[in-house]
Amino acid sequence: MHPVLRTVLQRLGLGLLTLLVVSIIIFSSLIFLPGDFATAILGQAATPETVAAFRKELGLDEPAFIRYFDWLRGALVGDFGTSFSGRSGGSAGAVRQVADLIEPRLYNTLFLAAMTAIIAVPLALTLGIMAALYRNSWFDRAVNAATLTTISFPEFFVAYILMLFLAVKFDVFPSLANVSDTTPFGERVYRCMLPSITLTLVIVAHMMRMTRAAIINLLASPYIEMAQLKGVSRTNVIVHHALPNAWAPIVNVIAFNLAYLVVGVVVVEVVFVYPGVGQLMVDSVTSRDIPVVQACALIFAATYILLNLFADVISIITNPRLLHPR
Amino acid sequence: MSTETDQGYSAAGEVGAVRARRTMSENIWRGLKKAPPTAWFGMIVISIYLFLAIFAGILAPYGEEEVLDAAYLPSWFDADEDFPWDPRFLLGTDQLGRDMLTRLIYGARNTIGIAVATTALSFGIGGTLGVLVTIRPGFFDQLISRFVDVLMAIPGLIFALMLLSIFGSTVTNLIIIIAVLDATRVFRLSRAVAMNVVVMDYVEAAKLRGEGLMWIMRKEIIPNIMPPLVAEFGLRFCFVFLTISALSFLGVGIQPPTADWGSMVRENATLITYGSATPLFPAGAIALLTVAVNFVVDWFLHKTSGLRDEH
Repeated sequence: MHPVLRTVLQRLGLGLLTLLVVSIIIFSSLIFLPGDFATAILGQAATPETVAAFRKELGLDEPAFIRYFDWLRGALVGDFGTSFSGRSGGSAGAVRQVADLIEPRLYNTLFLAAMTAIIAVPLALTLGIMAALYRNSWFDRAVNAATLTTISFPEFFVAYILMLFLAVKFDVFPSLANVSDTTPFGERVYRCMLPSITLTLVIVAHMMRMTRAAIINLLASPYIEMAQLKGVSRTNVIVHHALPNAWAPIVNVIAFNLAYLVVGVVVVEVVFVYPGVGQLMVDSVTSRDIPVVQACALIFAATYILLNLFADVISIITNPRLLHPR
Repeated sequence: MSTETDQGYSAAGEVGAVRARRTMSENIWRGLKKAPPTAWFGMIVISIYLFLAIFAGILAPYGEEEVLDAAYLPSWFDADEDFPWDPRFLLGTDQLGRDMLTRLIYGARNTIGIAVATTALSFGIGGTLGVLVTIRPGFFDQLISRFVDVLMAIPGLIFALMLLSIFGSTVTNLIIIIAVLDATRVFRLSRAVAMNVVVMDYVEAAKLRGEGLMWIMRKEIIPNIMPPLVAEFGLRFCFVFLTISALSFLGVGIQPPTADWGSMVRENATLITYGSATPLFPAGAIALLTVAVNFVVDWFLHKTSGLRDEH
């Protein structure tokens, strides 16, 4: 077996194992709930019979590992059980499936993340390459200073500044990103503009600095000097000689930042009242709707782990030293 | 110096003389004088924040939870003919009619205090474990390291949200949850740097001498890994501070009526849609402190590790 293939398979196996352990941790958090939780959810008026029935429905009368496998089997096909909300009335009709709550919002969140990625990744790469090309110029210094500042700002600060200037003082974009299923595509992009710019500002800085560092690192190697001595132009040296070898660190940092989007998206969704999974999770934390919180946490954690795994695999298979072992 | 030349040359005397010439405070001052302007800016900002936090009770014009006047009075910043500025309230009032400036000053005490306590706890847990497993490697090292790997695979804010929904949002829970989640990163760093120190001969000598585990940790290892840990403390503080602010902003962190910058942004957020800058004051206070700490850490790292970038 090719050594690269073996390393990749090892990495994939390790990633899946991590995912499994993380799912166990997320599931077992239910154990720490206080004992009177069924009563707290159903309200004071609940009879002992309804409480007992509810505990049975949660599966609290079964061993934990059986419940875990039931939950995991459901999660794999997108069934996360029923939400705790709307139970205190006692009517069975108000009970909602977690999957029905999450599904439309998951699409919204993925839309926002994808839109941000489409803006941020090319922008970061261009800025990074330009800064490496004209390093120590005023352009490089200005971009560096600006990105260092945006790195240290909390997301909601950036978000409210943008909202104040771009939505209230100058009416360029809508201040709230309220979209629904029926919103046409163009309108949706327009309304998502401010959240997407906020997220872009937060993640571009890191990606751009890493791209710049990776390229400048390579520019010190002998084969680049050789290319320069041959009389190749500066742009050509960077695009054709330095960039192919810089892909591994760059892809790594891109995937890392896309994974970071998972976290950033929560705060930004709340600021712009965007109907995404992040806001659903925060609302459920406030109302202590544990099944929904668990489902959201599993989705976020899985995305995060898979993106990091993807970055690992890409950096292994683009590494020339590993591809041609001696 | 002249007495030494009279008695002939002595290397020990020369070294001793040079050392004795400068006291510790003089050495610190010499280091500070060489600090770049960004580091000075950072240190001055941090001192002002600390001063406000410590003397909050004396400096604040009103009480922390005192309701004084109508809600949402404009600040000196936003006032115009329709909404004149009330000179009693420099930065206006919040959603319940409490003085914004007072809340900001008390917020410095609460927010920074909780963030420092959390960071200290996370260093206590992570640092101690990280150093201990390097002195006694083996089963526990493997166990803790693998556990840390798994915890780090879950995004911190998401995990914190989940744990808070289970344990409830109290300040104690908040500090413990964030400290434990953050201790994973401290553990990784302190384990990595202590690894390089624990193989030194003087540690071996101390072990052979029969010194105890705690003694080796305190006297031989910790003094040698201080610089990276101090820099990391600054960075972790920023991270913890931003996480707590984000959680408070989301409404699941520090709970009202405690004055806290994150929740103050949340409470006054609607004002933004009327073109008022009031919610930006607490948010800006958070941003400014983070930038200041980053500047100082940057300089400190540069100074202690001799790191030079390509400039």
